[in-house]
Amino acid sequence: MQASDRFNINSQLEHLQAKYVGTGHADLSRFEWAVNIQRDCYASYVGHYPILGYFAIAENESIGRERYNFMQKMLLPCGLPPEREDD
Amino acid sequence: MYLYSLTLQRATGIVSAINGSFSGGKTQEIVVARGKLLELLRPDDNGKIQTLLSVEIFGAIRSLAQFRLTGAQKDYIVVGSDSGRIVILDYNKEKNVFDKIHQETFGKSGCRRIVPGQYLAIDPKGRAVMIGACEKQKLVYVLNRDTAARLTISSPLEAHKSHTLVYSICGVDCGFDNPIFAAIELDYSEADQDSTGQAASEAQKHLTFYELDLGLNHVSRKWSEAVDNGANLLVTVPGGGDGPSGVLVCAENFVIYKNQGHPDVRAVIPRRADLPAERGVLIVSAAMHKQKAMFFFLLQTEYGDIFKVTLDHDNDRVTELKIKYFDTIAVTASMCVLKSGHLFAASEFGNHGFYQFQGIGDEADVESSSASLMETEEGFQPVFFQPRRLKNLLRIDQIESLMPIMDMKVINLFEEETPQIFTLCGRGPRSSLRMLRPGLAISEMAVSELPGEPSAVWTVKKNVTDEFDAYIVVSFSNATLVLSIGETVEEVSDTGFLDSTPSLAVSLIGDDSLMQVHPNGIRHIREDGRINEWRTPGKRTIAKVGSNRLQVVIALSGGEIVYFEVDTTGQLIEVDKHEMSGDVACLDIAPVPEGRQRSRFLAVGSYDNTIRILSLDPEDGMQILSVQSVSSAPESLLFLEVQASIGGEDGADHPASLFLNAGLQNGVLFRTVVDMVTGQLSDSRSRFLGLRAPKLFSIIVRGKRAMLCLSSRPWLGYIHQGHFLLTPLSYETLEYAASFASDQCAEGVVAVAGSALRVFTIERLGETFNETVIPLRYTPRKFVLQPKRKLLVIIESDQGAFTAEEREAAKKECFEAAGTGENENGNVDQMENGGDEDKDDPLSDEHYGYPKAESDKWVSCIRVLDPKTASTTCLLELQDNEAAFSICTVNFHDKEYGTLLAVGTAKGLQFWPRRTLAAGFIHIYRFVDEGRSLELLHKTQVEGVPTALCQFQGRLLAGIGNVLRLYDLGKRRLLRKCENKLFPNTIVSIQTYRDRIYVGDIQESFHYCKYRRDENQLYIFADDSVPRWLTASYHIDFDTMAGADKFGNVYFVRLPQDVSDEIEEDPTGGKIKWEQGKLNGAPNKMEEIVQFHVGDVVTCLQKASLIPGGGECLIYGTVMGSLGALLAFTSRDDVDFFSHLEMYMRQEYPPLCGRDHMGYRSAYFPVKDVIDGDLCEQFPTLPLDLQRKIADELDRTPGEILKKLEEARNKII
Repeated sequence: MQASDRFNINSQLEHLQAKYVGTGHADLSRFEWAVNIQRDCYASYVGHYPILGYFAIAENESIGRERYNFMQKMLLPCGLPPEREDD
Repeated sequence: MYLYSLTLQRATGIVSAINGSFSGGKTQEIVVARGKLLELLRPDDNGKIQTLLSVEIFGAIRSLAQFRLTGAQKDYIVVGSDSGRIVILDYNKEKNVFDKIHQETFGKSGCRRIVPGQYLAIDPKGRAVMIGACEKQKLVYVLNRDTAARLTISSPLEAHKSHTLVYSICGVDCGFDNPIFAAIELDYSEADQDSTGQAASEAQKHLTFYELDLGLNHVSRKWSEAVDNGANLLVTVPGGGDGPSGVLVCAENFVIYKNQGHPDVRAVIPRRADLPAERGVLIVSAAMHKQKAMFFFLLQTEYGDIFKVTLDHDNDRVTELKIKYFDTIAVTASMCVLKSGHLFAASEFGNHGFYQFQGIGDEADVESSSASLMETEEGFQPVFFQPRRLKNLLRIDQIESLMPIMDMKVINLFEEETPQIFTLCGRGPRSSLRMLRPGLAISEMAVSELPGEPSAVWTVKKNVTDEFDAYIVVSFSNATLVLSIGETVEEVSDTGFLDSTPSLAVSLIGDDSLMQVHPNGIRHIREDGRINEWRTPGKRTIAKVGSNRLQVVIALSGGEIVYFEVDTTGQLIEVDKHEMSGDVACLDIAPVPEGRQRSRFLAVGSYDNTIRILSLDPEDGMQILSVQSVSSAPESLLFLEVQASIGGEDGADHPASLFLNAGLQNGVLFRTVVDMVTGQLSDSRSRFLGLRAPKLFSIIVRGKRAMLCLSSRPWLGYIHQGHFLLTPLSYETLEYAASFASDQCAEGVVAVAGSALRVFTIERLGETFNETVIPLRYTPRKFVLQPKRKLLVIIESDQGAFTAEEREAAKKECFEAAGTGENENGNVDQMENGGDEDKDDPLSDEHYGYPKAESDKWVSCIRVLDPKTASTTCLLELQDNEAAFSICTVNFHDKEYGTLLAVGTAKGLQFWPRRTLAAGFIHIYRFVDEGRSLELLHKTQVEGVPTALCQFQGRLLAGIGNVLRLYDLGKRRLLRKCENKLFPNTIVSIQTYRDRIYVGDIQESFHYCKYRRDENQLYIFADDSVPRWLTASYHIDFDTMAGADKFGNVYFVRLPQDVSDEIEEDPTGGKIKWEQGKLNGAPNKMEEIVQFHVGDVVTCLQKASLIPGGGECLIYGTVMGSLGALLAFTSRDDVDFFSHLEMYMRQEYPPLCGRDHMGYRSAYFPVKDVIDGDLCEQFPTLPLDLQRKIADELDRTPGEILKKLEEARNKII
């Protein structure tokens, strides 16, 4: 790679995409976008204890169980991915 | 509009707790994170938990860990927060502060998916720390010591793995080999790609060991092995000679021992016998206890049962893992086993417990073991147990927690001087109604009746060196009574006190003699029994007295002041005289300063509304040093000396200072600083205390002098963590008081009121509120006031629980099976929980929780409660899975029934997999039996859950899903009159004012509606442009609403004045415009005028005034159990002053855990027009030079800033 390449927009984007999970790109599908948003949400719920408490009251579960459930849902937050259309 | 935000009650819930020795040495301390607070707690010798330090960190603490460098005596604290930084703190015992040792930035701020802060793990030998995020990132920092034995931290080493979720991390104890960290990881990359679902179903959690190579300074994945897919928590197993090393993996239903090169050892977690089959058992908190020869683990399940886990091992080989039922306590967020044999249990919801170990579970009990694990076709064979009463633990203290506050109302139901705050707190069987009153709680030690009405009381010691008081002297209008303090308190007559006259003062004089001042003279009783009398000249009588240990000043009627001193032989000698211009209203002498012969200052209050300071220096000849005029004649004076402090347990550092306090006849307490050299008065503050002129007394609180002010209610002025606090006591009106020290009660107060003598102590210093608790049955949701009768109507509901009858039947069955049959608690009406936990209930629900039912089962009740008698006058349990969600009182316009109660319910509501319900209902109840009971009038079926109800123009407005509907009362059901279906999601709140309806949507903030009676139409004329997930709302004025959202923001929206006018003037009420619409919403948009991130989910809002004559402020309650207030500033100057103070505080004193203050308060939306009082109030905790620096920038003195802060607080509470 040449030195000048480091500053062009594509390689900068690639760098961002590698560094920050969830950085979008031009061909991002609706599903990928939603999955990313959902995972961000669950991570935010797990990080904010009062919100976990709020959910725990609503569902009458313990906070520990809520946290576990949210972490589990991060695997497939929006259900199965759609079938890929062949390019 | 600018608001001043102040937390009134700090958060009481606990996110995480760790224990260790943070001040060094042998003392055991607990550090707890309460969301945005970091606190240091210490159990005292009596087993009571004391709060030593509490710091607002303006960030969200997510994880805590403690570590100790090898050979050190002291633990450090590591904090994982939302700041994108790792912070290492050290508790500074001398100054009583947390010192920030290191702060290393590694990422963006905020609770993000890949920014570490969620998990912390420590190498058991204190050589490294790992900080992890929910996904991908894990960083390892190497901890070491430099040559000066200071802690050093390395640059971060990465242990990242992308597309990988992390469930838990922990350190592995491998002695002094390279540190190893373990993590439960799940790789999702394939599941995201595979549309058949096969990859997702095959996704496997792995236990991965990361080794930190200290030589190469590098972290590598050392070992990874598949682990049970229900794994959620890792616990370190001791190693390096103390145990087999490795980790315990807690998974749903199992505990598995794992180590590299070791086969899994697995045992099932015993299940409660009544647990539905589809529910798993998850471990939610764990604690390890290690002694020299043994170690064990305590694991708590999500139902509250604690299991003791032991490992049988032969060097490094674990042969058996045993899980034995230990005890059941409320579900905890963290448990700490202290070396002193105590267990600190930080409850998820409700009060925290402090337990003493009675045993360590050595007796036989239900046990599951890896050796007896049976695998059948349906999986592993479960082991069942029945929870029982506490056997190994004994609760010795509990710390009150309001978490979660579900609803709140500020009303003066009891017609007291200040309103009471009624809060609905807790969850399930631990729920309660708590009545909060501003003030300190006191505990009454004794009350005894006296013959006649006493006018004054004193306590005296026999000798200066005595620890305890010897006599209580009570003065009546014509006599004096002496009581001696010993085993019992009894009357004595051989003390030398004159008993046939009233007394004006009684005190210890010199080293060991007593003085009684009566209207006709001074009686000086020497230690050997000799009595010297000084008689007043002529017919004059003594009117007022002031004295300290070596000086006495009396004021004779007519205004002459006579000054006495105790000479070296202990003789009381008349030294000087001074003629005042008129009668003396009150006088006081400052206490003798340490190492001095006399105090220099005498304060004299006169009826001409002045206070004078006279010099008692022999050279000065009672010269007047300064004069202060006050608003009303002074009634009582008191010098209060504040000792110099450099921090320590009483708070921040401040220089020694002398305050003169005056109680004025108009009920105001006037406080001013006395210059210790010149006697000049400066920096005066005043505060209205009550309807009577305050009488001031000096008492001892926590070994320091404090001031008791007796007005129409008693107040205590004391210094707490650097702040001077003036707080009311929750006690009746007192006449006269004195401090009291005896064997049974080291720091008490003796007081007279009416004809009774009372002895009490003051508890829980530093708290703003004291509370009265009334237990409830299920999670309280909402409550309303029945205004005429002053009764509260509460709706309570719980998902996934059995009804009272079913629970009773199940209990009976279980006791019959157990053969005890001693269940006396068969009466359903008596089934309130809490309150008296010691009662002979073999299975109190408060401890054990309600048995779990299927998630579509609901229990619910409607309760009418009389708060005065704390009794439930009516309790209706709803049947058939119906649960109540909304409540309001309504007066229909035909007035046939008067006030009715409307309750919105849902039947068979389920949230997962989709929200479904069998039916919704609106119940209409009539109040009977003077409002104490309810009678169902009728029940109307609706298509959704009625989540909001409100009265409107003699009709009932109901929010049912996204429909707003107007109902009228019919004979057999409610009659639909009008509806609007255009709301975006679910209506959660309705408030009305005149013809406007303010509707709150669960996801889309407020909508302003109008009802046109002539056309019978409801339409939305304005809405908000920002999506807000409303959790609470309150109507402020015609155009303004206050709301709070799920993410912890409080905000105000206002309809612009011109738009509002236009709508009011428009004959069609803006309807034409409405028909056109704008941007898929209403034609007009509201403006956000106030925005503030509280950092905690606000669940209730109310506008109220907490002090008589005080301005109204917006009070809020939160999930974490804190209460706060937002007060509107009334002057532009104050706004300028506080915004500058806030700015300098931000610059000079950034928050402890590394979050930027402005960034935190603007976490979701930029903060607008709110000044953070909590930050400003940290000003007194700053070092003195910094205080001076900030004060200089503001062109003021530090004293003036403190006064401003005090004033601002006094306007609120």
